[in-house]
Amino acid sequence: MAARPDPVREPEAPLPAPPRAFIEATGLVKRLGGHAVLDGASIRLLVGETLAILGRSGEGKSVLLKHLAGLMNPDSGSVRIDGEEIVGIDERRLGPVRRKFGLLFQNGALFDSFDVEENVAFPLVELGLRDPVVIRQRVLAALEAVGMAEHRHKMPVHLSGGQRKRVALARAIITQPRCLLYDEPTAGLDPIGTANIDRLIRGFQQRFQVTSLVITHDLKTVERIADRVAFLRAGRVHFLGTPAEFFTTGDPVLRQFLDGRPDEGETA
Amino acid sequence: MVGITRKLGRWGLDRLAYLGQLGELTQQIGVSMLRGRWRPRLLGEQLVATGFGSQLVVIVTGAFVGAVFGFQVYAKFKGYALESATGAMVSVAMCRELGPVVTALMVAGRVGSAMAAEIGTMKVTEQIDALRALGIHPVDYLVTPRLLAMMVSMPLLIAEAIAFGILLSYVVVVEGFGVPVAYYRNHTLASTNMEDVSIGMIKGFVFGILIVIISCHRGLHAENGAVGVGRSTTEAMVTSALWVLIVNFFLSLLLNLIFPYGSAA
Ligand SMILES: Nc1ncnc2c1ncn2[C@@H]1O[C@H](COP(=O)(O)OP(=O)(O)OP(=O)(O)O)[C@@H](O)[C@H]1O
Ligand SMILES: [Mg+2]
Repeated sequence: MAARPDPVREPEAPLPAPPRAFIEATGLVKRLGGHAVLDGASIRLLVGETLAILGRSGEGKSVLLKHLAGLMNPDSGSVRIDGEEIVGIDERRLGPVRRKFGLLFQNGALFDSFDVEENVAFPLVELGLRDPVVIRQRVLAALEAVGMAEHRHKMPVHLSGGQRKRVALARAIITQPRCLLYDEPTAGLDPIGTANIDRLIRGFQQRFQVTSLVITHDLKTVERIADRVAFLRAGRVHFLGTPAEFFTTGDPVLRQFLDGRPDEGETA
Repeated sequence: MVGITRKLGRWGLDRLAYLGQLGELTQQIGVSMLRGRWRPRLLGEQLVATGFGSQLVVIVTGAFVGAVFGFQVYAKFKGYALESATGAMVSVAMCRELGPVVTALMVAGRVGSAMAAEIGTMKVTEQIDALRALGIHPVDYLVTPRLLAMMVSMPLLIAEAIAFGILLSYVVVVEGFGVPVAYYRNHTLASTNMEDVSIGMIKGFVFGILIVIISCHRGLHAENGAVGVGRSTTEAMVTSALWVLIVNFFLSLLLNLIFPYGSAA
């Protein structure tokens, strides 16, 4: 059985398989309100990686995310999830595809007729879990992970913005999906809360090889969790690279973003 | 001239598109009933909200419509010495027309607008997208339970409206104006039959479906935040009410062919 090692290859370092894309979007174009928000955007989210998406406010990051989840339909272009084309397929057939990932909306999108606990339990109940003890246990664990266990009986309207975000995060992770899409998970959180959530996201990736896409404005978050960084501009991916490349880039647009310099010509 | 033609054309196309969307929603509901997941809890909640919660409104409406109609018929019939036939008139009118129509109008106002508001709010706050992201079809979750609840509730609500309309008109005419009970009751029972009651139930069933589809469609297509939800709510109510009245006319013609007057009396 002892197959002889291939003479041209190092035996202990076999050629890595080409990275497989969990989500692959190509040439997405979407016009909204008479203006092309996405204008040929292409992006690959590789299995097991954490990809950070940056870009100025209103550049279409959230719109891109909704296309990747099949919640919006592009005017043209293609989105493949786990190898399956989802553009143009029936909403009913999207259900099983969507259950492969968890999604955190920018505004949380909590169900406002349910309290915190019911919101977080909802995906489990919908998956067909019936045992109330098991559900409770998992809900509590998820709420504890985001530091919201003590508020579990509150209604969403009585939560602060950051609290709502964290409950929504608990709801997104409760089913332990293979892939998580986060729209600004730490926006509105204090620095400690941000660090906690970053650690949580990184933990999923390291412990469960969860594939993640994180939209963020927070450069610290990028430093802490990202394997790759994409910068969205004018409806396309303007930059794609490692965080090291990103932080040391000479590109004037990125430099202005990184240094936080105001636009020119607008003096006080 | 060209402008008017174009406007008319645009209006016609908009109507067609609207009908197309209603048709699509109806088809989605059909698929959902056949293949969607059965959600007894949601159905129960909707039965309470739609059926149980509407009773008081519907009973009061039915009772007073019956009473005032009874009073007017009595006043007119008295001139021909026909006042004991008032009950017959009231009961047939309540069963065939007034009961189903006033109930449907009240339900459109109370339940239809609430459906549009609830679903519309969920739409503009991305809660519907959150459902979809969890692999749940919004029609399965939001529309089908509402429709089933309405299909059960509406005939019962109409039966209540009819019963209380007949009851209060009886009180007014017999107790108030002294028409002999025996004549009144005999006339009422002799001229009201199962056909009249069936017409009321069938109409109620159809109106219930109309109200749910029109109102849920409005909610699912709500846009532009609070203002948009407000507009959806109003439109849901107004559109359902108009459709109820128009469909009622044609349904009356049709049902009169199936259940002609005097067929079984
Ligand atoms: N439903 C819609 N109808 C019309 N325009 C829309 C719609 N949704 C988004 N847009 C527009 O698309 C653009 C991109 O919006 P998007 O929410 O993706 O921005 P973003 O990059 O996520 O910004 P932020 O960082 O502030 O969240 C904006 O100009 C917005 O006005
Ligand atoms: Mg956004």
